[in-house]
Amino acid sequence: MTVSAARRPRGRRDLLVSLAVVVVVVACVVAGGLLLDPAQIRPNAGPPSSPPGLRHLFGTDHLGRDMFTRTVHGLGLSLAIGVLTAAVGTVISAVLGVCAALFGRWVDGLISWIIDLAIGIPHLIFMILLAFVVGGGVPGIVLGIALTHWMSLALLVRADVRQIRGAEFLLVSRGLGRSPLFIAWRQVTPLILPQLLVGFVLMFPHVILHEAALTFLGFGFSPQTPAIGILLSEGMPHISSGMWWLAVFPGVTLLLVVLAVARLGDRIRTVLDPATAHA
Amino acid sequence: MALGELTVLRLLRLATLLAGVSALAFTLVHASPIDPIQAYVGADVGLTDEQYTRLREHWGLDRSPVEQYLAWAGSILQGDLGVSTLYKVPVSDVIATRFGASLALMGVAWLSSGVLGYALGVVAATRRGRFVDRVVSWYSYTLSATPTFWLGIVFLVVFSVWLGWFPVGLAGPYGVPSDEVGFTARVHHFVLPALTLSAVGVANIAMHTREKMTDVLNSDYVAFARARGESPGQILRNHGFRNSAAPAVTLQFAYFSELFGGSVLAETVFSYPGLGSTLTEAALGGDVPLLLGIVLISAVFVFAGNTIADVVNAALDPRVRSRT
Repeated sequence: MTVSAARRPRGRRDLLVSLAVVVVVVACVVAGGLLLDPAQIRPNAGPPSSPPGLRHLFGTDHLGRDMFTRTVHGLGLSLAIGVLTAAVGTVISAVLGVCAALFGRWVDGLISWIIDLAIGIPHLIFMILLAFVVGGGVPGIVLGIALTHWMSLALLVRADVRQIRGAEFLLVSRGLGRSPLFIAWRQVTPLILPQLLVGFVLMFPHVILHEAALTFLGFGFSPQTPAIGILLSEGMPHISSGMWWLAVFPGVTLLLVVLAVARLGDRIRTVLDPATAHA
Repeated sequence: MALGELTVLRLLRLATLLAGVSALAFTLVHASPIDPIQAYVGADVGLTDEQYTRLREHWGLDRSPVEQYLAWAGSILQGDLGVSTLYKVPVSDVIATRFGASLALMGVAWLSSGVLGYALGVVAATRRGRFVDRVVSWYSYTLSATPTFWLGIVFLVVFSVWLGWFPVGLAGPYGVPSDEVGFTARVHHFVLPALTLSAVGVANIAMHTREKMTDVLNSDYVAFARARGESPGQILRNHGFRNSAAPAVTLQFAYFSELFGGSVLAETVFSYPGLGSTLTEAALGGDVPLLLGIVLISAVFVFAGNTIADVVNAALDPRVRSRT
């Protein structure tokens, strides 16, 4: 699809708007994590079970902890884990994808089999298995998520590299005696960086959602940690007694953060590769 | 390629996949810090060293990991998945009693989200840029960013707590033996988890169908059909459905994996006694045989979805058929 001259600037402007939104959201979460009074997340910071109001924007839970402070802390945790796991996932995808495409049929067969295997177990089940194996806690969450989100990006990278591996400059480079590792790292990897960037940003929402899901199910953090999943699972028993704010606010804020990042990912993709996304 | 040959190839693939999954799962669990004996007897029961060693020998835990894996895989091949340490009954029994409930849940969600999602996608594509399209796109976009379990909680708040239409959890009323629960009561407890799973599933298929249908409607052959004087309805019937149904069906079967994951969350939120909530219990309670059993079942489930997708795709699309 050809891109008209008029469309390009609009795509770029949209991208900048999305980027600004994400930056503001992240800045707010970080600032909130630093500035909000940590005493607010301890019990009896306010009257227990009070609905949202001016003093407690998101209300308080049954122990009188301020839900707003807890939610902001939870989002900070989600973002931190999201960046870490998405980065690890992207690196795994890049290494395996490039290796599969460049290092011959054997390596390709092996990596394709591993990818098949990893896709063959449902995402969440695989994560639970990994988290169980590591024994929960932060390492369980990080490993469980980082090792289960790389497959589709690895396939994309592999397809991309297969397209450029026959290019003349690579053949010349090989003829001049460059080692395969040099070619893979110095000549192929820079070309797939845009793809990796898009992959990273698009992986991010999934990663955050799954982190919340895992913590909700009870893998991962200790119950005192203000993670979004834990806030929601703690709130569950009190929801039937009408404390809706315990469920609604942490979820909505998480939803908004995920939406902002997903939008940003789509727009980066549109600008970098107009053919794949018909805006 | 002949059909027989293809079937053999698929079975071979399933066999290597299962061997891989079981080996992977076994290796992982073997490397985990959880002690199966302590998990079995419970954390608060003290064992003398002698009892401990005898249990180890009894279970074959003193043998090498490879021997243990082969013994485990061998008994699985004979249909013996081991004994659940939480429920103290064979794993196959636990799975058999729970899988039905999960299948019903996933089946209903799968069908309704597929049909509704496809319909919404078609409507959005034919009214592209208009109000309906915006609503569908907005819905899909938002739902794809929504945590499944949170949506379940919201439904719980709205329909069970505020409106009082549905009970708060469980597959039947509290305190009534499961074989005495009537059909209406079952349906009553079934609606909200099914609704949650469906609502999430719609997003994926609607977005995809919208893109696919838009491509079709912008294609040269549709322009030609329009020039020949076909009405919008005829164009949809003659070109739109045929070209967008196959990818949609493929996508929906490939969705089995996400569906299974979603059912874990939905079942846990609504304490629905299916395979998903059992998996959570097994993993949190250190019930290794049950956990491994469910992992294997889920792999077969996903494989079945992908295989059906291939077959259906070949049946619907003559281009794919001639290629294989």
